[in-house]
Amino acid sequence: MIGFGKSSWVTLAIMAILLVLPMVFYWNGNTFYLSLATRLTILAIAAVSLNLVLGYGGLISFGHAAYIGFGAYAVGIPTYHVFYGGAEGIATTNGLFQFGVAVGISALFALITGAISLRTKGVYFIMITMAFAQMAYYMFLSIEEYGGDDGLVIEVRSKLPLVDLDNPMELFVLSYVSLVVAMLMVRTIIHSRFGMVLQGAKGNNERMVTLGYNSYLYRLVAFTISGAMCGFAGALMGNFSSFISPEMMAWSRSGELMFMVILGGTATTLGPVLGSAVFIVVEEFMSSYTVYWHLPFGLMLIGIVLFVRGGLMGLLVGKGR
Amino acid sequence: MAALLEVRNLCKSFGGVAATDGVDLDVLTGELHAIIGPNGAGKTTLITQLSGAQKPDSGRIRFKGHGITRMPAYTRAKAGITRSFQITSLVLDMSVLDNVALAVQAHDGHSFRFLKPARKIAHIRDTARDWLQQVGLGDRVDAPTSELSHGEHRLMEIAIALASGAELMLLDEPMAGLGPDESARMVTFLKGIKGTKTILLIEHDMDAVFALADRISVLVYGKIIATGTPDEIRANADVRHAYLGEE
Amino acid sequence: MDYGLLFIQTLNGLQLGLLLFLVASGLTLVFGILDFVNLAHGSLYMLGAFICASLTYLTGNFLIAVVLALPATGALGYLLERFLVRSLYTRDHLDHVLATFGLILVLDTLTHLIWGPAGIAIPLPDWLDGQVEVLSGVVVPTFRLLIIAVGLATAAGLFWLVNYTRLGMLIRAGASNRTMVAALGIDIQTLFALVFALGAMLAGLAGMLVAPITEASIGMGNNIIITAFVVIIVGGIGSMKGAFVGALLIGLIDTLGRSFIDDLFKLFVESNTAETAGPAVSGMLIYILMAAILAVRPQGLFPPKVR
Ligand SMILES: Nc1ncnc2c1ncn2[C@@H]1O[C@H](COP(=O)(O)OP(=O)(O)O)[C@@H](O)[C@H]1O
Ligand SMILES: [Mg+2]
Repeated sequence: MIGFGKSSWVTLAIMAILLVLPMVFYWNGNTFYLSLATRLTILAIAAVSLNLVLGYGGLISFGHAAYIGFGAYAVGIPTYHVFYGGAEGIATTNGLFQFGVAVGISALFALITGAISLRTKGVYFIMITMAFAQMAYYMFLSIEEYGGDDGLVIEVRSKLPLVDLDNPMELFVLSYVSLVVAMLMVRTIIHSRFGMVLQGAKGNNERMVTLGYNSYLYRLVAFTISGAMCGFAGALMGNFSSFISPEMMAWSRSGELMFMVILGGTATTLGPVLGSAVFIVVEEFMSSYTVYWHLPFGLMLIGIVLFVRGGLMGLLVGKGR
Repeated sequence: MAALLEVRNLCKSFGGVAATDGVDLDVLTGELHAIIGPNGAGKTTLITQLSGAQKPDSGRIRFKGHGITRMPAYTRAKAGITRSFQITSLVLDMSVLDNVALAVQAHDGHSFRFLKPARKIAHIRDTARDWLQQVGLGDRVDAPTSELSHGEHRLMEIAIALASGAELMLLDEPMAGLGPDESARMVTFLKGIKGTKTILLIEHDMDAVFALADRISVLVYGKIIATGTPDEIRANADVRHAYLGEE
Repeated sequence: MDYGLLFIQTLNGLQLGLLLFLVASGLTLVFGILDFVNLAHGSLYMLGAFICASLTYLTGNFLIAVVLALPATGALGYLLERFLVRSLYTRDHLDHVLATFGLILVLDTLTHLIWGPAGIAIPLPDWLDGQVEVLSGVVVPTFRLLIIAVGLATAAGLFWLVNYTRLGMLIRAGASNRTMVAALGIDIQTLFALVFALGAMLAGLAGMLVAPITEASIGMGNNIIITAFVVIIVGGIGSMKGAFVGALLIGLIDTLGRSFIDDLFKLFVESNTAETAGPAVSGMLIYILMAAILAVRPQGLFPPKVR
């Protein structure tokens, strides 16, 4: 299982390309691709975290963009108070604090909303996770102090030991390393005893309960871990874009994250990364040609649902979903 | 012998249909107790209430002297009750060994363990492999569960019930859908484990039941109309009339 | 407490609730009977508004436009069912969500291509444009009363349709037992297409009624669809009664919450805290309500009996 099959080689190759290609462009004076790759890498972390619940847990969360927002606001709000006063307790540019809050708040939100959502199944779960994310969206929308729907400019990036996030290359490397860690974490989790229970409950929950597993609790823990990881991605995103608005939490953003996972291939290590990469690159490419790019893009999404079973990983290594 | 499981005045109805209608039942430690009854008598419904998958409307269930009527299904499993399913219920997208290993893992401490690869935990894998060997699936361990035949799935159900380490096994028609050869194999196997576990066996096949059971209860329209040894049941006029319907 | 304001806001809440019901009823019909999750239901709401806008300018009369736009939106729904939705019935809900997510992008962009990026206002005929004094000193726009009347009439019509007609019987049978309907020899494909078209018409009608107030704009469906989802979650997915009760509940709580929560908060905390917390909480109110209801009843208030 953990040996080196075809999919492992594909994973290594693609991860190497994702690391080297933007660097080569960057050293040749083209900064655009590094920035694209950084955004892609950060969203890939979010997609990897979503894959833990969606792919391995069978829990279709339609609200993961909320965690990106929490993460980014966890950078934006303390920084805002450093510049404009108020809330002395949290006013700081200390990155460790900001990233810690990003992860903590996201985990807490996942824990609370998950505790309610996981009591339901099927389409209820899809809609409830979406509705809870929308709740967070409206909350930030209505807080005038942090810009409401205009959003909040993040005046300075998080101050972290060892890395300088103002340097685009260092920000990219941090994001890339985080992505690799996230992938390894999910991989470790799903192969562990916990992961076996999670996947067993996806395949046949009744059986797992009969065996003595309180699958609700396992799912809740997975949901919380996933939310925390996604919140981390959000903190990186805040640093990358130096700006945060509620729009980043909108349900269409959650839908895009879901699409990245499906497009790449659920329940695979590389799938979500591949999905984000293709999604972002195609989006970038199409939108540079026409303002109407959502038309071909939407058609492409429909076509993928109808015709590409198992996602890109399925096409590459022949593993069905 | 003490009763491992005591059921008192258990009732459950669906709409107007009383699927379980005042059932009293004692399953003694170590016995193989069979429940027979026509289709729709409420046998499966009884099992689901004993395993905790469904809640009874009224009545009491005691296991090892403790009331478990309101206990959720997963806690009952931990307490030592397991069931097999009339309609095969397995994790089809996992391997055969994974399915059984999950049953072993379930009583090997808690499973909130995130680091060590579960497939590398030798004692769990070996135990699971042993159980599969015992039911005769030793050469199918690595196959995807979805690729096994119906007969093999039935055997997996038994292997999982055994691997879960439960004291009380509730077996819901393990021979359902098996051919004569496969059935005979299952009977031989159940004979072999008889005495090592307490078993509540639901079965249609009369020959199998009379060959295996220490005691038999007859369930008709949600009511137990007779309980006794195979000889007593065979001789019981009510049973002959109501169920076996011979004379 | 200002009772005139309370009265007006209650009417506004009722209006929002009934509009939500129009959207949610189609959503719940399509989910309950076709077992299909349609995220793009909000796009039909938007298209109803745009089609009605164009027809209003073409015919010079809003009411004639509505009468013509209704079958047009229905036909659109029929075509969508025929060429996309139908091939998704055998798929799981995740595929429904993803495909209709793509469909939203397509329909929004097509709308952009046809009608341009700006919103389109719809002029009302004079007799609808005025105000009526319903109580002494309390005036209400005539058009709002019309929305409430149309909403209630449609709700009544839907209840009659679902409970007392042959189509309704099929609809209820379809909700619980697809194969049974098929076994009765009824052309289930046509039934499904008609149900989808009906849902599209209902959503379109809501869009047409809202457009004279807010104007027809791209993306207008993407907000209401989420609220409509909250409605059917609260009411019980697939239940018409649930959609009605849920819609009124959500409409009233949202409207009244937004206008009175500040006052309510001021009773407990100092006023500037109330002014910051008020809007934040009122925006979240319906979600908090949803969470509370689900914590007690995970299947909503009126779960359909057989699923
Ligand atoms: N979930 C349910 N909903 C409604 N009726 C049920 C349900 N489960 C079982 N029944 C009814 O209860 C009765 C007993 O069923 P069951 O326990 O499956 O019988 P058996 O296993 O003895 O064949 C039958 O009449 C059946 O139709
Ligand atoms: Mg049965």
